This record gives sequence, C-alpha cells and structure tokens, in this order.
Amino acid sequence: MTAQTLHLDEYLITEEPYYEPVGDEIAIFEAAYGNRLPVLLKGPTGCGKTRFMEYMAWRLRRPLITVSCHDDLTASDLVGRYLVRGGETLWIDGPLAQAVRAGAICYLDEIVEARKDTMVVIHPLADDRRVLPIEKLGELVRAAPEFGLTVSYNPGYQSVLKDLKQSTRQRFVALDFDYPSADLEAAIVQKEGGLDAEMAGKLVRFAEMTRNLKGSGLEEGASTRLLVHAGKLIASGIGPVSACHGAIAQALTDDPEMLAAVEELSSSLF
Amino acid sequence: MSNGLQNERREQPNMRGEVVKQPLDKNELESILDRILEVEFTFRQTAEPAQRLAAMDRATQDYVLDWVGRVTSNHIELGYQYACYADKALHLLDREMVEAWALHAMDVYDRDGLRPALAVMHGLDDFLEDQHQRVSGSVLEEVNGVLSGFLHGLSGRRLKLEEGPHPYTDTEVLYLPPVMARLAGKHDNFLLYKSAIALLWAQTRYGTFRVLLDGALDPETASDELVALFHALETLRLEAHIARELPGLFRQMERLKAELEQPALSAPWRELRRRVQSPCTTAHDCLCLAEAHLGRIQPFPDRFYRAALKPVAVADCMAARLEREKARFKVSLKELEDEQREKQDREAKASRFEARLKRDDPEREAMEMEILLDGRPMKLPQFTNKLLNSILLDLGNLPEDYLEPAGPGDYDAKLLKDEEPDPEDVWSGTYHEEGAHLTDEWDFRRQHYRKGWCAVRERTLIPKDESFVRETLRKHSGVVKQLRKTFEALRDEDRLLRRQPDGEGIDFDALVEAISDAARGHEMTDRLFTRLHRSERNIAVAFLVDMSGSTKGWINEAEREALVLLCEALESLGDRYAIYGFSSFTRKRCELFPIKRFDERYSAEVKGRIAAVEPQDYTRMGFAIRRMDAILREVDARTRVLVTLSDGKPDDYDNYRGEFGIEDTRRALIEARRNGIHPYCITIDEQARDYLPHLYGPAAYTVVSEVRALPFKVSDIYRRLTT
Ligand SMILES: Nc1ncnc2c1ncn2[C@@H]1O[C@H](COP(=O)(O)OP(=O)(O)OP(=O)(O)O)[C@@H](O)[C@H]1O
Ligand SMILES: [Mg+2]
Repeated sequence: MTAQTLHLDEYLITEEPYYEPVGDEIAIFEAAYGNRLPVLLKGPTGCGKTRFMEYMAWRLRRPLITVSCHDDLTASDLVGRYLVRGGETLWIDGPLAQAVRAGAICYLDEIVEARKDTMVVIHPLADDRRVLPIEKLGELVRAAPEFGLTVSYNPGYQSVLKDLKQSTRQRFVALDFDYPSADLEAAIVQKEGGLDAEMAGKLVRFAEMTRNLKGSGLEEGASTRLLVHAGKLIASGIGPVSACHGAIAQALTDDPEMLAAVEELSSSLF
Repeated sequence: MSNGLQNERREQPNMRGEVVKQPLDKNELESILDRILEVEFTFRQTAEPAQRLAAMDRATQDYVLDWVGRVTSNHIELGYQYACYADKALHLLDREMVEAWALHAMDVYDRDGLRPALAVMHGLDDFLEDQHQRVSGSVLEEVNGVLSGFLHGLSGRRLKLEEGPHPYTDTEVLYLPPVMARLAGKHDNFLLYKSAIALLWAQTRYGTFRVLLDGALDPETASDELVALFHALETLRLEAHIARELPGLFRQMERLKAELEQPALSAPWRELRRRVQSPCTTAHDCLCLAEAHLGRIQPFPDRFYRAALKPVAVADCMAARLEREKARFKVSLKELEDEQREKQDREAKASRFEARLKRDDPEREAMEMEILLDGRPMKLPQFTNKLLNSILLDLGNLPEDYLEPAGPGDYDAKLLKDEEPDPEDVWSGTYHEEGAHLTDEWDFRRQHYRKGWCAVRERTLIPKDESFVRETLRKHSGVVKQLRKTFEALRDEDRLLRRQPDGEGIDFDALVEAISDAARGHEMTDRLFTRLHRSERNIAVAFLVDMSGSTKGWINEAEREALVLLCEALESLGDRYAIYGFSSFTRKRCELFPIKRFDERYSAEVKGRIAAVEPQDYTRMGFAIRRMDAILREVDARTRVLVTLSDGKPDDYDNYRGEFGIEDTRRALIEARRNGIHPYCITIDEQARDYLPHLYGPAAYTVVSEVRALPFKVSDIYRRLTT
C-alpha cells in the first residue's frame, strides 16, 4: 500500500495574479493564516473571491488546491479512496488530504453545496485540533503547519436547507466580500477587459443600474465578472449595447420584460 | 341556412361563396342602441351615433355594439359617450388603443366615479380633435413592466408608475397618461414615455424640489407664472444632466423632438440654457433666474414632455417622508450601535457616527456616502442603506443631527412602521391600497379585469380548545388508520440509495472498495447494491376551505372533521401543506384566514384554529384562489396543488352572483393553471355537476356525499399527480 500524491508544485502560483485590494482583507487573511485560523469568504458571485485566493496563495508562496463543491461531493471525494489496480489495492489521497499533508492552502468553493457528511471531516480540521481523520486508513493526519483552510459561500442564495450551521460558521474568521467601489471596479474592468477608462466607468454605471433592480425583477445584479466579460467583447470591437446584451443582460435573466428593461437601460447609457 | 326573412335579406354569399353579413342600417342601429342604453327611461339621442355607425362594415358595427354594451355595464352615460366617439376614434387609432381608452375610463369610474370618467372620455375627444393622421400608440398598462424596470434601474428610491392625466411626480409616484399616441409609430410613442420618465426621475435625482425645503419657493403662494418659468428652466438644466448621464437616451430624445416639430429655442432662451447647463448649477440657481426673468420672458412651449410641476403635491409628500425617514434612520443607527457594542463587548462608552462622501465628483453630483462608527466604515444593512439614499436624494447631504442614534421610544410608532390600516378604513375616502392585497377581478360583461378590485386581508383565527380534535380522532379512529395506510402507500419519489444490502443495481464504488478490502484481508461488506427509493417528494399542497355562511351547521362541522382527518393523514406523508379559510362580504372585505401556513407545524395552535373555523359571510372565490396562487408560488416545490373544499357556487353580496362569480372563478383558475398550479375542487354540493366541469374540467373535481370520504379523495388527487 503506497500513498500516492500529486506533484504539488503544479499548484504553486508563480506569477503574481492581478488583484485590487478592496479593504483590509489581505492583512486579515495573513493574520488568520499566521495564527492557523481557517477563513470563510462570504460574498455574491463573481466579486473576486477566487481571484483573491489565487493572489494570497501566491503571496504566501503556498500551493493552492481548489475544490468546487457540488451536491454529490462526499467526504471520500475530499479525503481519498482505495483503487484497485492489477489486483493490488492502492490508496489515493483526496485533495484535502494532500493539502493537509503537504501544507498547501485548500479552498473549498461553495461549501454549502457539499453533502452533509463532508462537514464531519472539516470540523476537526477547522478547530485547534487541526487533524484530518481518515477512517478507511484508520489514520489521524495532523496538518502540516503551513496548511491553510478557506471555504466560501454566497449568502445570497441561502435557503433554509442550504445555510451554514452555526457550529460550522463559528469556526472561521469571516471575510465579507462585496462588489468593489465604483472607482475600483472601473479600474479592474479597465485592466482585465482592456478598455479605456471612460468605457469602463460606463460599464460600472450599468452594473449599478442592474444592481438597483435586485429584488425587483432580478435575482442578482451584474457581477464584476460579467463586466469583465462585456469589457472584453467591447475591446474586440463589439458595440457596447450588444456587448451588454450578450454578456450581461442575457446572463442575468430570461424574463422577456426584465430583458427589455435592462436593454432600455443600456441603450440609454451608451 | 337562415331562420328568418330578415336574415335572408342580410346574408348573401360573396364572390368566394362565403356568407357576408350586410351592415345594419341607421334605423336598426338606432333601435339596438336605444335598447342597450335604455333610452326609454333616459332620453338619450341615439340618432347621431347610429348615423355614423351606419357607414361601417358589419364586423366593425358588431364590434362597436359589443363594446357599447360592455361600457354600459358600468354606467349608461359612459356607454353613450363611447357610442358617440367610437367612429372617430376607430378612424384614427388602433382598436387596441381605443379599447385601452375605454378600459381606462371604466377603471377611473370604478375608482373615482362618473365625473372623472367622463373627463377621460372627453379627453379622447379633445385628443382626436387635433389628430390628423392615423397612429399606433403605446398603452401604459402594456409597457408598465418594462418602464418600471427602466425606472428602478435608474434610481435609488423606489418610484412607482401610475396613470394620471399628464406627466408629473410627487417624488414617490410618477404619473403618466394611460395612452401615448402623439407620434405615428408604436416604438416612438414608447420612447416618449421613456423620455418623460427620465425627466421626472431627473427632478428627483438632481434636486429640483430642494427649493421647497428652505422656503426659497413657497408652494402655497408661488404664482403659476413663476412655477412655469422655474419648470422650464429646470427642464433645460435636467436635460443637460440627462445628456451627460444617459447620452443614448438623449440622442433619441433629440430625434423625437424633431419629429414632433418642437420649435427651436429662441435666442434669449438659448442664452438661458447656456447658463443652466453646467453640472454645478442647482435648482436654486434656476429659481433665481426665474425670479429675475418673471414677466420678461414666457416659458418656451413644451410639445415634447407636456409635463407639469406640482409644488403643493410634492411639498406634502416630501414633508411626510422627511419626518418618517429621519426617525427610521436614527433608530436604525441605534440598532447598529447596539449590535456593534455587543459584538465587541465594549463598555458602554459613547460612540460617534460620521458621514463621509464616498467620492467627490461634482461632474456627477456623486451623492454616495459612507457611514463611519468611531472612525471605521460600517457596512449598512440594506434597509438602512436605502433610507440613506432616499434622504440624500431629498437633502443632498446628511445633516449632523441625523447621525445621533435614537431609540424607538423617542418616536411615534406610526412613523417607524408602515401600519396596517383597519380593514374598515380601506375603502372609506380615497382609493388606497395600504395594508391590503388588492387583487384584480374578472368582469365577464366588460370582458376585462377590474383592477385592484378586491381588498384582501389576512385575519387571525383565535384558537379554540383542541378537544374537538381529540374527539374527532376518537370518533373516526377506524378511518384514521385506513387513511394512514392509504397515504403511506403514496409516500416517496425516486431516489437512488447507495450501499444497500440488496437492490436492482450494482454500486461500483462500494464494489471496488469491497474488493480492495478483501485483497487486504479485511472483511468484505455485503452492501454492494443501489436501490431506487421513493422519497423527498417535492409537492406543496394548499387547501382552501369555504367559510361562507351557507356552511353553517353540519357542513361546517363536517369541514372541521375532514380537516382533522386530512392533517392526520398528511402528517404521515411529510409533504408540505397549508390550510386557509376564506369568506367575503363585498369586494371591500375579502378575508383569508390562515389555519396552517406552509412553514408552520401541525401544532396545538393549528389544531385550535381548526376547531375555531366558523361560518362567516359569502363565497367570493376568485380573490381566494388568486391569493392562494400567489402563496403557493412562493413555496419552492416541483408540484403545486390547490384543493378547494366548498359547499356551493361562488356568490357574494354585491354583483358576484351567477355568471359573474362563476366566470371570475374560472378566470382565476385559468391564471393558476398558467402559473403551473394544479387546481382541484372537492365539494358536497349535489348541483355542482352543473358548473364545476366548466370551472375545473371534468377530471379535477369530485362531489362527495359524506365527510369521511373527503380525505380519501385527497389521496386520489395525490395518486393522480405522482403516478
Ligand atoms: N478585487 C479584484 N481584483 C482584480 N480582479 C477582480 C477583483 N474582483 C473581481 N475581479 C474580476 O472578477 C472576476 C471574477 O472574480 P472571481 O472569479 O474571483 O469571483 P468569485 O467571487 O470567485 O465568484 P464565484 O462565487 O462565482 O466563484 C475575476 O476573474 C476578475 O477579473
Ligand atoms: Mg469563484
């Protein structure tokens, strides 16, 4: 029986990711990491959580292992499982176990989506025990000192079923993300989308308009991510109204009336 | 083919062999109009309208006569006026628009009475007077959704769109004419609406009404001339803002002005425009200019927006809002402070709120502020943030005293919460909707909805002693057992269970693990199969119980017993269900009694409410179905079912009798089905077979003769839905 691990070097981020700090999140994350406290990122979709993690991993020079959680994700998907190869059985560490052993940063995206039984393995890792029980191996893996755990969740979608339990959320240092302030967001869109400042500013204005519609017709307003998408289309020569239609309006809603309203907003703005 | 001489003369085959009805002549028309308009008693002159109708083809004649009938069902005079205008209107407008106009007049009649409704009718006449070419207009009711979306996207404060005689705003509602038909094309008319909205929005956004706050403009004493001049100057100032903020719209507006032949500004007005165009110009500047030029220059003619400025309406609205929002803002700061204190376990040391501009950008009159507590920026809850934005829109800044937290005790509770007015008050005096859900009702004679016609309120049932429930269970203990069995058989929906000792599929993950276990000499598990299990059924069922007066006596008793049995059975299913009772006494008092809400458990309280179900008044069914429809749609479920338990036909004290009630109920059920809800009806009315198939379709209703059968019928419904 041999434990097989992936080459963690592949998970090292060598080039500095572009990240615009929004507040004091970098300092808080560093302090939490230094004190071996796990971190919870809250915030709407496309506001820069993943980008932030990439940036922090680069800054701290640790490999970053990201797991996107979904409703079929079980504890063994995180911890590991036996495989049979040529009559031999072989244990394969899951991503979480790898990160724990190697001292990487593990980022569990959209944690509430995962099956309930995954919490059982996360809890002992997320308090001061910092251990990962691997039931199948009868092993209790003590986390390497450099190991860091971060989870994310979007409170916007929370339904009664999919809320984080208090016993989970109270283990984490929470960082509250939101869309960046208008100026900052314009700077991001300008840089990521490759636009001039004026057009980037207008896209942000448009985003604000759609965010005004949150709760009266739209479930969510346009995220920074969508603005970057629209920006890229505009930068490659698509007209702004068409770009907003394709990259933003259609992504936000299927309702014909809301689509028409959003369209009226973009045709007024550009 | 024909049944009489008369018809034989009228119906002659055309060239293609189709039978074409001949137009009615003047005399025939006159006598039909006389009948519809009850001329015998009312002495109206129908000769003239009949004369004009006589020139139309038969299809159009029939169409007009049908509408005369519909409008007359509200008021004879309205019907008469309609008959007089119809021919001219149809000449210049689409049918769709003429209908919108007639319906608008009827809505106004419902709401404000005859005189304003006649004004709408005559308004059509005025409009037709100066109309020369045929147009295709935009109807507010149709485009309201899109325009509201546009408006809400623009602004921080939730402004509403409503119908009014001409465009203006009181700073909370934007009034727009019901029909826009000044240009030939439909889309251009839509853009006229959009432009008017942009102007009125800009008034609230760029501080037009701040001149009312410091007394610079006294709404009571200001002369009409001054207000008109100020309005004209403001329009120019705001257009400059629109040109900067919404350049795409501004380009469209310029094009439309050209089409409307809006005259170019005169030289003095061009000079005035130059003076108000800068983003730094304020409403006060415009007011000063207006005062300086009063009597020396006339406002330029506005053929474009035709908007009005109503300082009195605005002042009232603003004063009430300022007081309300100040109180709410200060109270919410207090809550924030307390919360913060709790979090940080701090001593009760005095903390200090400050406000800071988020960015300083006079170009855009950026009015975003952030609130700091002891020097640290706070993330405000959405509610507080909205308040802050609304206050900034009114005042342009945040005065110091707004930053002093205040306890709720410092204010009249009325200021802090939108209170629910007494059901009795709702319809007295003016038409207003606070506190009640207003639902539309279908008027089959009008062939259209009456808007916001029923005032629906939820009323609380005071729980009674639940011994009734125990008693019922004892009395029907045999049935209860049988019911449980029936319902348990219904439980479940497909789900794949893994690691089962037996089942119809192989669980490969488990198998691989078992082989590897075996290879290492561990014991091999036998849980290697997958099994299809039916659980997590995703149904939500709402029961609507008739609490009308006619249920008095054994029916009511039976209903209550049935509810007990039903709950007992449904509890074993584990599905979500809700129970509401309903009753009415005219459209003004439509009542819904929650017995068990979806998120409520089958508690002692619920049992007590079942015991408290008592006969009330009448059976206005439409509103109840519409409300249940809305309640069901809020529940997250794959299958939504509405089961009505009743003892007879829809019926109410006002007009809701016979065909009226049945047609409205039918309409409500059609709406529900369109919303993906499965409606069923269980009734004990023996005569129900006469009308229920018309309402529910042949498969979706049952007549039961005894109560005990009722829950079994419910289980039939479940079975039908799940298999
Ligand atoms: N602060 C920021 N600095 C740089 N880029 C940013 C920032 N915030 C957002 N972005 C841009 O927005 C895009 C989307 O962000 P990201 O993928 O990190 O969102 P997320 O919060 O992880 O969303 P989700 O919850 O949907 O996974 C990024 O690709 C990046 O272009
Ligand atoms: Mg992400």
